[in-house]
Amino acid sequence: MARATATALDQQQVPGKPLAPVKRLPPSTPRSTPRVVVRVAQGSAWQSRALNRLLPWLLPTALLGLWYLGSERGWLSDQVLPPPAFVYQTLVDLASTGDLWLNASASMQRVLVGFLIGSGLGVTLGLVMGLSKTVEDYLLPSFNALVQIPVLGWMPFALLLFGIGEPLKYVLIAHAALVPVTLCTLQAFHQVPKRLLEVGQAYGFSRRQIVTDIVLPSAVAPIFTGLRLGFTKAWLSLVVVELLASSEGLGYLIAYGRQLFQLDLVMAAVVVVGAVGLLIDRSFEYVERRLNKGRAVIPGRLA
Amino acid sequence: MSTLTSSAAPSTRRYRGWVLPVVAVAVWWLATNQGWSDSGLLVSPQKVAATAWHQFTSEAFWRAISSSLARNLSGFFIGTALGLVLGCLLGFSRLFERVVGPSFNTFKQISLFAWIPLISVWFGLGDVAKVVFLSLAALVPVVVNTCDGLRNVPPAFLEVAKVYGFTRWQTIRGVMLPAALPSIFTGVYLALVYSWLATIGAEYLLVSGSGIGNTLIDGSEHFMMDLVLFGMVVIGLVGWSLNLLARSLERRMQRLYGITPR
Repeated sequence: MARATATALDQQQVPGKPLAPVKRLPPSTPRSTPRVVVRVAQGSAWQSRALNRLLPWLLPTALLGLWYLGSERGWLSDQVLPPPAFVYQTLVDLASTGDLWLNASASMQRVLVGFLIGSGLGVTLGLVMGLSKTVEDYLLPSFNALVQIPVLGWMPFALLLFGIGEPLKYVLIAHAALVPVTLCTLQAFHQVPKRLLEVGQAYGFSRRQIVTDIVLPSAVAPIFTGLRLGFTKAWLSLVVVELLASSEGLGYLIAYGRQLFQLDLVMAAVVVVGAVGLLIDRSFEYVERRLNKGRAVIPGRLA
Repeated sequence: MSTLTSSAAPSTRRYRGWVLPVVAVAVWWLATNQGWSDSGLLVSPQKVAATAWHQFTSEAFWRAISSSLARNLSGFFIGTALGLVLGCLLGFSRLFERVVGPSFNTFKQISLFAWIPLISVWFGLGDVAKVVFLSLAALVPVVVNTCDGLRNVPPAFLEVAKVYGFTRWQTIRGVMLPAALPSIFTGVYLALVYSWLATIGAEYLLVSGSGIGNTLIDGSEHFMMDLVLFGMVVIGLVGWSLNLLARSLERRMQRLYGITPR
């Protein structure tokens, strides 16, 4: 892109007229720009804001309407697409009988234990490889080779080794979280701004000081990004593992509903899975944004 | 920086990577041949190699792998094409982004595999269902990265375009698309990775027909660890080759468009 712009600029230059050397502007203190207040007619501003709020709801409402209409008019049979009211009723039933909490808590426990094991190992592995090039030389090629096999590839192997019990789920979920966390942690170490390291050396920091005062603080935000990715992966794998081999949990609800051709149950469980995933992702995103806000200040202060 | 780099020569560093795999295979070989454990699950490296040879020479294996790959690629292409269209619409039109964006963001949060039961009821257990699922898996990363790339074109570029009086079409073609290209490629690359993962998943969950995932499940159900190990290696190798292919394509395209790789 830069090149394309440069040639465009070259062509635009008038030939034979050398450019005057650019004079450095005298340093100016940044002025606060005066706030421009645009007076818009009160009514139209309110209307456009309301419209803006409403627009995102247009598509879901339309889809829901179509779904409702489709089942009402009998375009599709109830077995293929249960009416929305029926799905809602199933969801309410699930919640009131306590089945929902039972399965959701089983799933949450699995994903939490697996994620904690996986991310703990991942951060440790990433830290060790990031701090010592020697360890990285020994470990990283094997790690990269094993990463090529997706979680689902490990599944039959783990099934034979561990059976269908809880350890299987913990191992697979931990593996799912481990990979992105390790890679992001390692990358965080590789991406420490060179300028910061140079400043550290100029001040004669010891190796330990460089690690604790420069490397670790600047690695916190990328590591957190890895954790968020790891959790997304863990949640994804949880559903697969439960779909394939379990006797409780949200994924099991989906598999059970599928076996009995109760699509209302399937859809209700999918809604719950999506809602929980969304909620967790949003909270991770919130923390991540706060961490990144702090990070952006560091290079600015140095410049 | 010296504190974080290794003092070893590059040649020593290269063979270090081989230490761990070689030791692991040696221990494995010893463990099976010395009879440290009589579990039927601990198969010897020789047996895995023999199974591999048997599979490589059998027709069924090639049929399985080619049907897996065919599904993978068709799902990948459909999903990527749809994803590019949707991503461009989201990236170029504010109104479209406002209407569809939030719904799409909610949709992508739902774990992909949760759709399988619904897909299986709507599309059956055959190839159609699998390709639909694969396209869905490929679609999401392409849309996200295309839209992101178009939204994050440096404002300076757009200002230059405005100064030179580019038309909207010229701005899109000459400035926005080239600037967004690296991000779009990331999306396509991710789509390739995800679609391979989804291929395996689809074969586990929509059990019908042949495929490398079915081979693996068969091995697991018959307690044939050698077959399972072999299948894992094949899945890893195919994923790795797809990766390599995508990387080289990406580099070539970047050179074509005069973009320095990031």
